[in-house]
Amino acid sequence: MEDLYPIKQYVDKEGKFSDESIKDEITPELVKEFYYHMLRIRTFDRKAKSLQRQGRLGTYALFEGQEAAQVGSALSLEKDDWVFPTYRDHGALLTFGANMPRVFLYWNGRVEGNIHPDRNIFPPAVPIATQLPHAAGAAWAEKRKGTKNASIAYFGDGATSEGDFHEGMNFASVFKLPVVFFNQNNGFAISVPIEKQMNSKTVAQKSVAYGIPGVRIDGNDIFAVYFETKKAFDRARNGEGPTLIEAVTQRFGAHTTADDPTKYRDQEKVDAEREKVDPLLRLERFMKEYGYWNAEWVEETTKQIEAEIEDAIVEMERFPAPNVEDLFDHVFEEMPWPIKEQKEDYLESIRGGN
Amino acid sequence: MKVVERETVETNKQTTRSLTLVQAVTDALGTMLAEDDRVILLGEDIGKNGGVFRATEGLQAQYGEDRVVDTPLSEAGIIGSSVGLAVNGMIPIPEIQFLGFIYPAFEQIATHVTRVRMRTMSNYTVPMVIRAPYGAGVRAPEIHSDSAEAFFTHMPGIKVVCPSTPTDAKGLLIAAIKDPDPVLFMEPMRLYRAFREDVPEGVYEVEIGKGKKVAEGDDVTVIAWGAMVPVARDAAEKAKAKGITCDVIDMRTLFPLDKDIIAESVQKTGRVVVVHEAHETSGVGNDIISLINKTSFLYMKAPVEKVTGFDVPVPFFALEDHFLPTPKRVEEAIEKVYRF
Repeated sequence: MEDLYPIKQYVDKEGKFSDESIKDEITPELVKEFYYHMLRIRTFDRKAKSLQRQGRLGTYALFEGQEAAQVGSALSLEKDDWVFPTYRDHGALLTFGANMPRVFLYWNGRVEGNIHPDRNIFPPAVPIATQLPHAAGAAWAEKRKGTKNASIAYFGDGATSEGDFHEGMNFASVFKLPVVFFNQNNGFAISVPIEKQMNSKTVAQKSVAYGIPGVRIDGNDIFAVYFETKKAFDRARNGEGPTLIEAVTQRFGAHTTADDPTKYRDQEKVDAEREKVDPLLRLERFMKEYGYWNAEWVEETTKQIEAEIEDAIVEMERFPAPNVEDLFDHVFEEMPWPIKEQKEDYLESIRGGN
Repeated sequence: MKVVERETVETNKQTTRSLTLVQAVTDALGTMLAEDDRVILLGEDIGKNGGVFRATEGLQAQYGEDRVVDTPLSEAGIIGSSVGLAVNGMIPIPEIQFLGFIYPAFEQIATHVTRVRMRTMSNYTVPMVIRAPYGAGVRAPEIHSDSAEAFFTHMPGIKVVCPSTPTDAKGLLIAAIKDPDPVLFMEPMRLYRAFREDVPEGVYEVEIGKGKKVAEGDDVTVIAWGAMVPVARDAAEKAKAKGITCDVIDMRTLFPLDKDIIAESVQKTGRVVVVHEAHETSGVGNDIISLINKTSFLYMKAPVEKVTGFDVPVPFFALEDHFLPTPKRVEEAIEKVYRF
């Protein structure tokens, strides 16, 4: 089965073309866009980790190592598409156009962090794989409306063991819905390695059961991610139904800031391999190899990103304090009496100044 | 939300049809499919087959395969895709073939259906009506007969509705479809074809959250819903022969409960029997007692009695008559609170 799903790659670890078929589609603007977004979300991720260590953010899910997978897939979306993320996909959300201060707010325990104006971004699915049927449903509605919009569901390797993975894929396949199922196989579901997650050698081969295309790509090669996801979206928009993409990647750090990866893997080995698998480094090598590198632009871009992130942190920290009424106000459109009474009693008790 | 009281509707009897409860459900679904293009029905066997109880009979032929959709056998898929449909502007009405089959979809309901509004501060909502036949007494196989309402009344973000008559079934179902929030609509399968009633044609609503007095008396208040309403009425009739008269209340909505109709009756009678076929522990009956304590404690002349299913799994049908509350058990409870 593994032979049927070879890892698709366009640019190798040295930053050289391993497949030149996409060469004509590469423009300096596209390369710069790749680099800008990957650098931006990596800087965000590192900053978020450091803010968590300082006690200025709650527990945070790191994605360093998965930048190519997230940026490449998100850049292949159109503005009115739907995104159904997990909570490790805020890199993709930021690339798609999520509001950065609000992404910080999410990690600071604020529900306002789930609201991203002008983009169809569903709140991250906290249970595993439950967002796959949602992506199918939203795509179904687009199909009924007769639009060209599609949806993407992000999920990890662990999600493929859940029932909802099957139910979402099966629905999308039976009803030929415009969905891209984008798996980031980072090798671990918290501590459980993929070998203990499943007996099949690839995630992509699971597509066979649904009669849909399955594509296995080098998730650290942004060119592979971008061009293959775009193809899947083209198919979706043309009414050809869903695609399952397996982006093989790595998470360099912990599952979250509350996790210690040295307990379940050889972290020294992971750190030593970074040189070979780091997606940002690969793009940098590519840019240098083919004459896209401009040190001045990189320096300027780095500064600009750092300033944007600092501003976003300021905005997050200056965000008005949470309103206690919000605890009660968004359960139903019209508040049923039990909630109304509980709200009135509670507000009265805290107004009492105890 | 615009609400037409049932009483108003009943004055308009010239445009009624004699329907069973299940036919009233079909009528409501057809009426709303015609009324609102966003309405889409999805579930197992609901299309060509018209549903295992024929609740959707004829609707696919009339409204097409893309409005009345036969889905794969997949409860989480049905409810999960309904979340996506609803958030993107449709009004899905998923059918779960039997309420006892809803457990695979429990996660979707608990973690998404009920929370989308809260998690997005009302920026996204998922209006949908989850329809499911429920309850024992039709000699169904295992698991088909559960009364699982308490799981859902305990879950913030979803309303729970349970009609006991054809007219209420149609009006409540239309109100549920028009409701901006998710509703679990429990259809008592024992009453699906138990009797007929003149049901108004066209669109009308019975307000969610309002109970209804179905018998009038002074001595005891009997509270029930769904398939237990006829049982409660039977028991009240029998008690009358012994000189005890009862108010019988059909709750119709289990979240939010109609606390006013309970308080009004209880403050008159001072004695209460709550009847539900769901298991006793943590059942909705306990919430009703808690409400009575809050609103009417000083009016009470006896402790409240509960007549419920036992705290055992709904049995194989050879024993279901022992599990289900009977008029006799309810009548004994009425006498007990009366003579306390």
